[in-house]
Amino acid sequence: MSIAITPELVAQHQLSPEEYRKIVDILGREPSYTELGIFSVMWSEHCSYKSSRLHLKKLPTTGKLVVQGPGENAGIIDIGGGYVIAFKIESHNHPSFIEPFQGAATGVGGILRDIFTMGARPIAVLDSLRFGRLDDPQTGPRNRRILSGVVAGIAHYGNCFGVPTVGGECIFEPCYDGNPLVNVFALGVCRKEDVFYAKAAGAGNPVIYVGARTGRDGIHGASMASAEFTEESKQKRPNVQVGDPFMEKLLMEACLEAMQTGAIVGIQDMGAAGLTCSTCEMGSRGGVGIEIELDRVPQRETGMTSYEIMLSESQERMLLVADKGREEEVYRVFRKWGLEAVEIGVVTSDGKMRVKQHGLTVAEIPARELADEAPLYDRPHTKPLCGAGASASQPPGPTGESACPTLPITVQDALPALLASPDTCSKRWIWEQYDYQVRTNTIAGPERTDAAIVRIKETGASVAMSLDGNGRYSYLSPREGAQLAVAECCRNLSTVGAEPVAATNCLNFGNPERPEIMAQLVEAIEGMADACRFFDTPITGGNVSLYNETLGEGIFPTPVLGIVGLLKTAAPVTIPFKNAGRAVVLLGGIGGCEETRFGGTAYAKEILKQLWGMPPALDLEREKRVQSAIREIVAAGLAESAHDLADGGLAVALAECSFGAAGIGAEIDIASDLRPEMLAFHEGPSRILISTAHPGKVAAIAGKHGIEAPVVGVTIEKGMEIRQRAVTLGSWDIATLKAAYHGALESYVR
Amino acid sequence: MRFGVIVFPGSNCDHDAFYAVGTNLGQPVEYIWHDSSTLGAVDAVILPGGFAYGDYLRCGAIAKFSPVMKAVRRFAADGGLVLGVCNGFQILVEAGLLPGALIRNRGLKFICREVRLTVETADSPFTSAGRKGQTLRLPIAHGEGCYFADERTLDELEAEDRVAFRYDGNPNGSLRDIAGILSRERNVMGMMPHPERATEPLMGSSDGLTVFQSMLGAAVRV
Repeated sequence: MSIAITPELVAQHQLSPEEYRKIVDILGREPSYTELGIFSVMWSEHCSYKSSRLHLKKLPTTGKLVVQGPGENAGIIDIGGGYVIAFKIESHNHPSFIEPFQGAATGVGGILRDIFTMGARPIAVLDSLRFGRLDDPQTGPRNRRILSGVVAGIAHYGNCFGVPTVGGECIFEPCYDGNPLVNVFALGVCRKEDVFYAKAAGAGNPVIYVGARTGRDGIHGASMASAEFTEESKQKRPNVQVGDPFMEKLLMEACLEAMQTGAIVGIQDMGAAGLTCSTCEMGSRGGVGIEIELDRVPQRETGMTSYEIMLSESQERMLLVADKGREEEVYRVFRKWGLEAVEIGVVTSDGKMRVKQHGLTVAEIPARELADEAPLYDRPHTKPLCGAGASASQPPGPTGESACPTLPITVQDALPALLASPDTCSKRWIWEQYDYQVRTNTIAGPERTDAAIVRIKETGASVAMSLDGNGRYSYLSPREGAQLAVAECCRNLSTVGAEPVAATNCLNFGNPERPEIMAQLVEAIEGMADACRFFDTPITGGNVSLYNETLGEGIFPTPVLGIVGLLKTAAPVTIPFKNAGRAVVLLGGIGGCEETRFGGTAYAKEILKQLWGMPPALDLEREKRVQSAIREIVAAGLAESAHDLADGGLAVALAECSFGAAGIGAEIDIASDLRPEMLAFHEGPSRILISTAHPGKVAAIAGKHGIEAPVVGVTIEKGMEIRQRAVTLGSWDIATLKAAYHGALESYVR
Repeated sequence: MRFGVIVFPGSNCDHDAFYAVGTNLGQPVEYIWHDSSTLGAVDAVILPGGFAYGDYLRCGAIAKFSPVMKAVRRFAADGGLVLGVCNGFQILVEAGLLPGALIRNRGLKFICREVRLTVETADSPFTSAGRKGQTLRLPIAHGEGCYFADERTLDELEAEDRVAFRYDGNPNGSLRDIAGILSRERNVMGMMPHPERATEPLMGSSDGLTVFQSMLGAAVRV
């Protein structure tokens, strides 16, 4: 099989002429067709991070609890008691647009494999989702189909596998019309000494393939995820893989059990770029070579070429290196679980990834150069694309210094409208489709608390997790938007009493070859780096998803943070008010809001239909003090309920606190001269609403941290009222608000 | 009382049942692998939730042919206590140990939520610790939990006092709100809600202990 390597063929593989020259340099000759394919996937944006690597280095990655930072399948944090957690977030945006159900399902499958490859049993999944508007007359039907498919796909995979999906977020914007975002976070736990690494070692050791057979599905998936969408993308459905969660469950159980034999040297899953990536990365990490014979690879279809086998992204496959002479111990475990385990090659000492088929060498590439010497680009970046006018599908709005428009709508009318808006409303329709309880570790599942909490039965400790990313904020200022996301995640964790300890990130951006988009990426990374350093939450891994554009239209820059925190296992402090007659304290105070800082709010989006100015102003020092205070308040058992102010500000938070089973509401009176709609709906950070029977003690703790904690009102048996200096801004029946809040999403989907 | 938890390759509530019985009920418990043809020296068997063999066909349709189910049939025929939860219930109806079928939820979506159940009979080894008419809070988590049977079977179940639990607010379309049923000899029970997920306050409810304590009481009486 000799296919001539023409410039056209090189271009079809999305390799530039310079990249091709580098390949020829590394090999000292022209590549074969198979080698060209191998380089094209390893050097794709998706696998090589060639546009982002330079800037990702700015992120803090070390800390006293960090056992493993970026570079492995997942980051690892020491949680004490002899246990560690492994966690990471990953995107499956492009496949989920082409085939929502399988795209999302295999996204879950991929991240779960990353976790159990490290030796950790997955115990929690969260997802961060973005879709186009559900009610748009043109694109709405398609967006609803994508939403339904994605949610069903996540449910299908996670529920069958047996991992609880305990939380997440979901936002709707026109910019995600042709480019939904599906970011999935997973977290697992294991004993510290049981951690495994994706590293090959020991020349002569057997290389063993386990799991599902290799088919023609998913070929060039990694490259697809590294290009913009065009009309032709719809032809790429065969590039999306098909998931089998039952197979994945078997694979996890078998791998964890096989690891216990002590006969496994290293292990890596076959995800993006499949067999290619797992062989060259394991070799590169271990400083060794790997030789495989493709005839031995279990295949689902006949007549597959070496190119197809090497680039296939068939799911639920693993590659492992065992101790020579102990293979049988490994095979025995896989047989027990009914899985195929086949020796397909051997570890060599020459540092080469050598691929044979029918006894003939079809590829021979230095593993390290292939895996680690991918091109690195310092792409030009100018001023980030910010404010209005970035994308034609965005509503026009005033920018910069413009004033906030005034509409003849009252706080009374705006709150129900906001509560029923797709972004703010309850996402129960989504999360009830997920088994959020399996494994009986879920201490706080979806919408009960600001952060999901899962206990570790073995240690008496719990892990709290929060995902956050605000595309509108980041669009107005990528740097501040990323910082606000870090602050929000940490605040969510602190509100349940957890100490934030480490982070993972998923950077969803448009085409990095456009300098203004590249600038968004650079600024977001720098902002995130500063904030993560400030909160002492190192980034231990993550994912970059670029080229999120369809027909030249980019998404809002959407950096999504996943931060984990630690706390003692105990009954959680949840959002709803529990008893009437309690003091309602606004920790952090009502705060101020300039008009230019109001244009990124949920109110500006849903009520004013505009976007302008800058995101809410964040004072990191103050934020940290508020978080220290709330952790101390929660630890002292002083808060009966706690909820941070986020999208929709004070009024929405107060309503959400009133939606508990007990039906307890509140009346509050705010001494502030802000415009009423700003008082009710501004989204200034560093504020937490609590109810307490001990306002004095709460005030004392807040005072110690230099934070104001005004008692703004009292919880009441029925109803909810917001006053400004004794003037009523709104008074509501809770059942009516609650019905709007809980019924909205289902009505949009229908 | 020694419990056995059957483990099919796709069981995913096996650890939960083990923990509920072993830790929260404080009883000895062991796993029984699906290709085992005997149950060993156990006094009661739990078929846990999950997706036994992937359930890509019909839930439980393949599981009924597994070696361990032959042993479970013998155990049940000898009067042993068999509890099937969720997927376990689906397997028991496929295996013919309980009548009827479990079909896709009305609404065709997987549902995970806490539901209220009414104890319909306290006259069984699985419900004797409760009382007729009592309300229990238990979670459900299933895509195919709509109980279905012909009218004659439903009438028979009611006439013989074999409806163990009914939903208070039917979540899945189950006929006559049925959430759990008993075999004619009353030593086999299947239920869609998960009692093992409600066995300590941190889980949000301890009402599931009623089922396990009943089983324990039955063993003591024997």
